[in-house]
Amino acid sequence: MIPSRFEYYRPDDIRGALAVLNEHGDDARVMAGGHSLIPMMKLRMAEVPHLIDLQGIAELRGIAIDGAEISIGAMTTQHDLIAHAGLADAAPILREAALQIADPQVRYMGTVGGNVANGDPGNDMPGLMQCLDARFELVGADGTREVAARDFYEAAYMTARDDEELLTRIRFTATGAGYAYEKQKRKIGDYATAACAALISRDGDRIGSASVAMTNLSDVPVWSQAAGDALVGSTGDAAAIKAATDAALADIDPTGDNRGPVEFKKHVAGIIISRAIARALSRA
Amino acid sequence: MNDMTPEREDRVANLKGMGCARKRVEDARFTQGKGNYIDDLKLPGMLHGDFVRSPYAHARVLSIDTEAALALPGVIAVLTAKDLEPLNLHWMPTLAGDKQMVLADGKVLFQGQEVAFVVATDRYVAADAVELVEVEYEDLPVIVDPFESLKSDIVLREDLAGQTSGAHGPRKHHNHIFTWEVGDKDTTEAVIDDAEVVAEESMYYHRTHPCPLEPCGAVASMDKVNGKLTIHGTFQAPHVVRTVASLLSGIEEHNIRVISPDIGGGFGNKVGVYPGYVCSIVASIVTGKPVKWIEDRMENLMSTAFARDYWMKGRISATKDGKITGLHCHVTADHGAFDACADPTKFPAGFMNICTGSYDIPTAYLAVDGVYTNKAPGGVSYRCSFRVTEAVYFIERMIEVLAIELNMDAAELRRINFIRKDQFPYQSALGWEYDSGDYHTAWDKALKAVDYEGLRREQADRVAAFRRGETRTLMGIGLSFFTEIVGAGPVKNCDILGMGMFDSCEVRIHPTGSAIARLGTISQGQGHATTFAQILATEIGIPADSITIEEGDTDTAPYGLGTYGSRSTPVAGAATAMAGRKIRAKAQMIAAYLLEVHDDDVEFDVDRFVVKGAPERFKTMADIAYAAYNQAIPGVEPGLEAVSYYDPPNMTYPFGAYVCIMDIDVDTGVTDIRRFYALDDCGTRINPMVIEGQIHGGLTEALAVVLGQEIAYDDMGNVKTGTLMDFFLPTAWEVPTYETDHTVTPSPHHPIGAKGVGESPHVGGVPCFSNAVHDAFRPFGLRHSNMPHDHWRIWKTANGLGLHG
Ligand SMILES: Cc1cc2nc3c(=O)[nH]c(=O)nc-3n(C[C@H](O)[C@H](O)[C@H](O)COP(=O)(O)OP(=O)(O)OC[C@H]3O[C@@H](n4cnc5c(N)ncnc54)[C@H](O)[C@@H]3O)c2cc1C
Repeated sequence: MIPSRFEYYRPDDIRGALAVLNEHGDDARVMAGGHSLIPMMKLRMAEVPHLIDLQGIAELRGIAIDGAEISIGAMTTQHDLIAHAGLADAAPILREAALQIADPQVRYMGTVGGNVANGDPGNDMPGLMQCLDARFELVGADGTREVAARDFYEAAYMTARDDEELLTRIRFTATGAGYAYEKQKRKIGDYATAACAALISRDGDRIGSASVAMTNLSDVPVWSQAAGDALVGSTGDAAAIKAATDAALADIDPTGDNRGPVEFKKHVAGIIISRAIARALSRA
Repeated sequence: MNDMTPEREDRVANLKGMGCARKRVEDARFTQGKGNYIDDLKLPGMLHGDFVRSPYAHARVLSIDTEAALALPGVIAVLTAKDLEPLNLHWMPTLAGDKQMVLADGKVLFQGQEVAFVVATDRYVAADAVELVEVEYEDLPVIVDPFESLKSDIVLREDLAGQTSGAHGPRKHHNHIFTWEVGDKDTTEAVIDDAEVVAEESMYYHRTHPCPLEPCGAVASMDKVNGKLTIHGTFQAPHVVRTVASLLSGIEEHNIRVISPDIGGGFGNKVGVYPGYVCSIVASIVTGKPVKWIEDRMENLMSTAFARDYWMKGRISATKDGKITGLHCHVTADHGAFDACADPTKFPAGFMNICTGSYDIPTAYLAVDGVYTNKAPGGVSYRCSFRVTEAVYFIERMIEVLAIELNMDAAELRRINFIRKDQFPYQSALGWEYDSGDYHTAWDKALKAVDYEGLRREQADRVAAFRRGETRTLMGIGLSFFTEIVGAGPVKNCDILGMGMFDSCEVRIHPTGSAIARLGTISQGQGHATTFAQILATEIGIPADSITIEEGDTDTAPYGLGTYGSRSTPVAGAATAMAGRKIRAKAQMIAAYLLEVHDDDVEFDVDRFVVKGAPERFKTMADIAYAAYNQAIPGVEPGLEAVSYYDPPNMTYPFGAYVCIMDIDVDTGVTDIRRFYALDDCGTRINPMVIEGQIHGGLTEALAVVLGQEIAYDDMGNVKTGTLMDFFLPTAWEVPTYETDHTVTPSPHHPIGAKGVGESPHVGGVPCFSNAVHDAFRPFGLRHSNMPHDHWRIWKTANGLGLHG
């Protein structure tokens, strides 16, 4: 559990970070809270000759709320998400989800940027961001671009971000929909056996919009368009929940691990998805 | 009474002696981060060792190339088996009469096995050099299943080829270690064959690990000028380490000093002797510099001392009305690559023969077969006396299965089979003499406390609601009644590597009336500095706050066998009381002289000797201590000290009654412990607060083992649970609120009647949590399912019973 040698950099602006990234390419990696990266380095599964610590970059921090438009700096910690009163009002699902990540110590260090950039299927924020239809701001030597969370994940640890780009901000539009983040895990500090984010709003006595996304049930987060479609226009009765759950299950592809084999995960996923939808509906 | 004399009860309170919930004196330093653990130790010029470990579970080592590693600046040496062979230290004896490779000698037998030892000036350099050692392996077929091992042509231990007999008798197969039999086989089989009712069950008690917060480590320091070797280490038995180190190295025992500093939990993990200790000693002898070795978490879980891994097959017979007539148990014990179990020599399966439990079972038979596989060696008693957790789990599951067979309430079945109070001392069918007990009283108290009848009614309602489709949550009522066997043990039948399992205490009273006591044991968190001072305070009338307790330095402490198997209070605690009594006897003579009366005319009264019938005439222990050193007393040597080596006449047998109420989500396998009630009887209670702390800790480790803690291997012998992400260590979140309760049945043979408590809650807790899971599914036809009861296995049970529709 001892990492191999690395050079340490602590730039104080985005430009400085990009300069090191450009110089060392593949051999450089940025570090946010370090709570995914450092364990990998200690296990010598990640070789990082040039480590760029982002903690000194003030412009990457902070939560801005402008009406329904929400912008969160990449270096905002999970603890900050939980503690921010304005955010809890505008998009309470963030707080509910963040409270189910790891434990308080990890959340003081772990950042939202690191969580979504990491590309680990076990991370909770990517599915949540897909549910929210968030956009990620990426800054590189050639300028700034935005990628939708729903287009960002390619495979485990593979994302649309180029090695020389920095993920700087996350933006989304809050809707006031009923919400739920439901997660089953073996213990505190564990990644999900199955987790599901749901946002549902009513239009009269029918469901007007619905967004359902899942965590750790495939090698990437899964946003299920079909599950949302199954709900929209219905009253949200048991049959609709069942149809949405079946649709979501058709979109997942879990693998067996110490948490259990595939058949178990699929079964639990069904339960968790139904509960998330039911709870979001109860708040819609 | 003299006006100056405080009330008796005030004097008693001032002592903070036995029975007082004295605050732990250790905690001031632990809670302020001022403990001194092995990794805190930094000696001048100290080097650092690190292991090259095998990625394979079974492979031939074709070559080891150390050139690149040695070329790295800062690397001092790379030791391999070839370097240790001239010293005859490439193998070492195990505690179980087998031998074990220190560094891979020709082949490796488990994943994580030590292959080479790198020594460098810096811990980071050592880790880098480990990567540079090139080992060429040729992989061999892997066996992780003991039943397969006994059928396989593959010879795991080539070094034992042709040996048809081992330390514990005949070997039936090249992968077989021993067969250990206790009891009357023929009679037991006859009784069971003819019985009115018989229940049979097979159960696997999975492999797990004690996982103390602090892993194992050592700093060895050879002083070439004066020829003294000092070994600091995480040792639960420092004196045994000294003797073994002397025997292995040839260094005379007086030239070896072993020091156990603060130890961050042991739970059995720190009883064994590990290659890391040997390699750091050799490296220090070779380099003349202190050498530190300390494991990381993964190394700890993968290579040093696992626990359990018992495949147990039982048959229990009874009359139609539930009176048990016989018990038959066979164990296939997976010991891994080397038999390194830590048990008294004559007990290759520990005290597994306590498996008749708390019941009056007239006939019983136990056989244990030890088997080699490609898994890590170990087999320690994780928070229990030697294999007692396995034994108690076995009988408490068999009772439940028999209750199903009899269609009887499991609480009632226990009640009608308990050993009665008037049967103690009780001779068990498998050879033990239980010292004292009052099981019926404890059981009735426990069942009343939880309103057992009410719980059963609630459970029946829940089952009915479940069947009507109104709930998906079942309710389990877990019961267990356990008898521990601790305090090993009488030298006549208990030894480790030939060393008798007595223990010791040496007490020295200072002239101004304070004291120091040194013991052969070593606390790993149990609070010895607190409780042993309380025993002495009551025995010699000096306040506990004025008594220093010191352990763990073999140059100063009297010889003792260390701390494990809940033996400290039963053995060293007894020695403490006996040493105190020797002090008191001398103090009595001094008091009589000072008071100018005959020895028999004074009597001890809390903190002083008083003249019988004239309590205003007295000498306090402080007065006596001062006189002992400063006054010429005819016929009495100066000074006030005593030492006691205590060889216990018998083990002690703590017991308890536990009840767990658990809700289980049938769809997800998630469990919720609603209530846990623990009644413990550990005899005389020295410090109720320390007892409660021990019970909370032991129950939490029981919960861990039952709900998910395991060392699992895949078919290739890869460890699947080598980090704390997968190896379950509960936090405050997963732990319920425990209700504790007690009865007091003193041990008749122990000087203060105390029995030991540290391991009881683990021993009783494991079957209790597990029985709760089983009980929830009993109405749907479940007899047995193996632990750990994690979400997916519970789900599988529910699924198998057709509960998912
Ligand atoms: C015990 C434990 C339990 C955990 N449990 C959970 C859990 O239940 N759910 C969960 O979601 N997470 C969990 N985590 C992970 C935790 O939330 C991490 O902190 C988080 O995933 C990564 O955030 P970080 O800031 O620590 O990123 P780091 O570890 O610093 O970085 C992670 C990766 O993202 C890259 N990166 C970071 N920031 C940027 C950026 N701005 N631009 C480009 N690339 C970037 C890094 O180069 C690295 O590859 C757990 C961690 C631990 C230690």
